Amino acid sequence: MSDLTKMKIAEARDALRAGDVTSVALTEACLSAIEGAGALNAFVHHTPEIALDQARAADARIKAGDAPAMCGIPLGIKDLFCTKGVPSQAASNILKGFKPEYESTVSQQLFDAGAVMLGKLNMDEFAMGSSNETSCYGNAVNPWRAGNDDTALTPGGSSGGSAAAVAADLCLGATGTDTGGSIRQPAAFVGITGIKPTYGRCSRWGIVAFASSLDQAGPMTKDVRDAAIMLQAMCGHDPKDSTSADLAVPDFEGMLTGDIRGKTIGIPREYHMDGMPDEIEALWGSGRQMLQDAGARIVDISLPHTKYALPAYYVIAPAEASSNLARYDGVRYGHRAKLAQGDGITEMYEKTRAEGFGAEVKRRVMVGTYVLSAGFYDAYYNRARKVRTLIKKDFEDVFAQGVDAILTPATPSAAFPLGQEVSDPVQMYLNDVFTVTVNLAGLPGIAVPAGVDGHGLPLGLQLIGRPWEEGDLLNTAYALEQAAGFVAKPAKWW
Amino acid sequence: MSIDTETAAKVAKLARIKVEPEALPALAQEFNTILGFIEQLNEVDVEGVEPMTSVTPMRLKRRKDGVTDGDMQDKILSNAPDAREGFFAVPKVVE
Repeated sequence: MSDLTKMKIAEARDALRAGDVTSVALTEACLSAIEGAGALNAFVHHTPEIALDQARAADARIKAGDAPAMCGIPLGIKDLFCTKGVPSQAASNILKGFKPEYESTVSQQLFDAGAVMLGKLNMDEFAMGSSNETSCYGNAVNPWRAGNDDTALTPGGSSGGSAAAVAADLCLGATGTDTGGSIRQPAAFVGITGIKPTYGRCSRWGIVAFASSLDQAGPMTKDVRDAAIMLQAMCGHDPKDSTSADLAVPDFEGMLTGDIRGKTIGIPREYHMDGMPDEIEALWGSGRQMLQDAGARIVDISLPHTKYALPAYYVIAPAEASSNLARYDGVRYGHRAKLAQGDGITEMYEKTRAEGFGAEVKRRVMVGTYVLSAGFYDAYYNRARKVRTLIKKDFEDVFAQGVDAILTPATPSAAFPLGQEVSDPVQMYLNDVFTVTVNLAGLPGIAVPAGVDGHGLPLGLQLIGRPWEEGDLLNTAYALEQAAGFVAKPAKWW
Repeated sequence: MSIDTETAAKVAKLARIKVEPEALPALAQEFNTILGFIEQLNEVDVEGVEPMTSVTPMRLKRRKDGVTDGDMQDKILSNAPDAREGFFAVPKVVE
């Protein structure tokens, strides 16, 4: 029954509760879809035994009438999440063989709610990348193709495996993480929904750290309702993450009325980029019209420091990464280089890190080291943190003027061919131009599929919300989703 | 600001990443490309602006400074490339 895997989380939840389907049947359908989708390279560690155990337990819970919304729902988990006893490598050779003795808070919360883990998903190494090409497992592949052209396209990154798996119906939903756009850009590239909540909504405990002041986990799902349901289960205060917010988590799904009459939506003029494809401009314009037709008030706004978001990000994120990744030294876990006669501990560190890290990770760790080094700390790192303050203030100013949400394109292009941009780091960084401001300002942002380009590839729009107002943001996204009516699916070739 | 091979070597050393001497010129070139991109930040007037320390205005929670967890030496050592007699083992660090 391959159709089971096409179910959305909400549909599956209702069918499970009604007794029309079992979690074991759903899980088996997903496992067999995964087995047949090796060409997508989305799942990199398979956990069928754990999945079936969890599915049987979920079925028992459902039968007993104790079934939270995520109970029995088969998911993929990004390799960045530490999962107890299961390889958790952050797609890096330096963590080869690492099996955590503990479970990340977010995955634990999902399991406590009865969710089923099918396996671990491909990603860019340490979440550093926008095309999934820096992975030690090799790249994941986008299930979409441009018309009849069989050129392999990127599923985006860093959560590329999560995006490919959900779009190809290998699982009902997946966890992602987003430091500069790593949930929203891949979601847009494969025509699914992805939300990065407000910084502090989801615990970062047990998620391999990249840039701690920017990293947030979030769900990647087939529609907005599923995003609301899954996000609900992932959020909440965690004493083990000092930056996790001790705030009540509202009923996100219950807030999906689709009524956005009287809401004010801002359109930031700085997001009109030079060289942006006409199709993206047109999509953005039609998104504006859709929200207006739904009864929202549309206002043109200015976020004057937008242009400086990417350069600030490429100081702050590498700086934090260089500090976070200092722990990979060949002593406590993962890879240790073979040493030559007479090598001491310094040679061990240097050889281990040279062998274990890929090129992009090394590049960012070294850039981070440089911007934090004596003599440059003020010129680069402190200046970037001041610019970050200004970027956040841009958003605070428009929210103070009464703007409820901001509509932008999600990405500057549709999915591009694998291998196209990997040689030019700065070109690759430009992928995050519309998403990175949201991480710098700590805001919630959601990508919603809204159309296709001339080759039939999906394109997404992004909505940015006020801090802690994910419920309101999801509702606006829901209205946009209903108006856009995006239902296209990739034709199966894998 | 331009980075030469000597600076690139110094950064690699600080980052504890071994870079072969023949790879240094290309590395320096990459740094220059990325730093050239970052230089745009110099256009921004940051006079009197506080550097961001916390993106959401939060007061870190306080708790008693007590032991809340422990007694798991085996678990902590279970992923070590080399563990002996209850310790992490590394090459000799003192003569």
